[in-house]
Amino acid sequence: MREVILPGSLDELWRSFEGKPQAAVYAGGTDLLVGLYNGLLNPEALICLDRIEELQGVGEQGESIRIGSCTTHAQLLDDPLVKSHLPVLWQAIRGIGSPLVRNMGTIGGNICTASPAGDTLPPLYALRAEVELRSKEGVRRMAIEDFIAGPGATRLQRAEILTCVWVKKPGEYNLHHFEKVGLRNALACSVVSMAALLRLALNGVVEKAALAWGSAGPTIVTCPEAEKKLIGEPLSMALLQEAAALVRKAVSPISDVRADADYRRIVAGNLLLRLCKVLK
Amino acid sequence: MRISFYLNGKQTHVDVPPGRKFVDVLREDLGLTGTKECCGAGECGACTILVDGQARLSCLMAAAQLQGRRVTTIEGLAADGSLHPVQEAFIEYGAVQCGFCTPGVVLAAVHLLDRNPDPTREQIREGLSGNLCRCSGYVKIVDAVEAAATKMRGGTPQ
Repeated sequence: MREVILPGSLDELWRSFEGKPQAAVYAGGTDLLVGLYNGLLNPEALICLDRIEELQGVGEQGESIRIGSCTTHAQLLDDPLVKSHLPVLWQAIRGIGSPLVRNMGTIGGNICTASPAGDTLPPLYALRAEVELRSKEGVRRMAIEDFIAGPGATRLQRAEILTCVWVKKPGEYNLHHFEKVGLRNALACSVVSMAALLRLALNGVVEKAALAWGSAGPTIVTCPEAEKKLIGEPLSMALLQEAAALVRKAVSPISDVRADADYRRIVAGNLLLRLCKVLK
Repeated sequence: MRISFYLNGKQTHVDVPPGRKFVDVLREDLGLTGTKECCGAGECGACTILVDGQARLSCLMAAAQLQGRRVTTIEGLAADGSLHPVQEAFIEYGAVQCGFCTPGVVLAAVHLLDRNPDPTREQIREGLSGNLCRCSGYVKIVDAVEAAATKMRGGTPQ
């Protein structure tokens, strides 16, 4: 019989790992339990993190926001700090799964699943988020792009968990935009998605830009060349077209059941053109 | 493993493998077949139940996770014998065709109206977007939820 362990604190969690180092760790279960109940996974035990208080909620420390890994998407949508400081993340979470999935799934689960289509990832890359990892031995912190090692792969070690995400309040940006292209609005895996943060001067000149694409490569794709192209110039459709051409070179999408690679490449560039509309 | 929780207001104990899919506990161990299972992957909402008042998918929860929680299934909505206003509205507006999605849709609607007692039609559609109806009865479902909301606020549906 497969054991299900429900630690109530991090101390209890470390003890749980001692007996079951190969246990599968989860919080919302919207990814792991789909695989388990459909016979694709067979872990020796399950450890559910959803009762660990230390992993819950959103807080601020000076200029940084700390998001507990087991905060659900629904909780993040209601959170005043996320709404006011991180609209790009809020917009992305709003399109995750369905209300039911958002009541269960967590930001930590979305990150650790490390899907190229994970909707919180492009905003977190654009926000230069850092993840905090903990084990019985100690704490380490790294940039999200270093944490995610490939499709479905992270730098998490055995008996180590993601405890929280740190994001600096992005006060320097005055335009937050996320858009996902899927086959329908709800319950749709992203065909391509894009998170964009811009600082625009009053005269329309782009002063700062951070861009990231989902479902456009094995991990989230960033494109410093496109950011450089935009910076220092007044935002216009012609400028965005030039940057979009660079984006289409930078992405390396695959063909799968949802779309083929050529389509994704074109759409990845086109999503950038949308910034002209957002301004109006 | 012995798991204790409140099911439709009653303290309930079951002795089941801790990893057993909770929808199977409801349907097969407790005989509450109002909760349906369809996709088994979180994509259809047929298995929706309320856990501590919040709509969740019972096909994606291990039995042990319900330890100490308050669970409401469709059977518990009319526990005292009188239908919930959402159920009444579904009957009145004919928002049921084959009925397979209905328990899940009703519970998702109850949670939606608990959070937002006066939703727009668009907000109702969005709030129920995790519950699929393959008879294509969405218009009547939205009509029914809108009417239930009005009634629950003390008004008369148009």
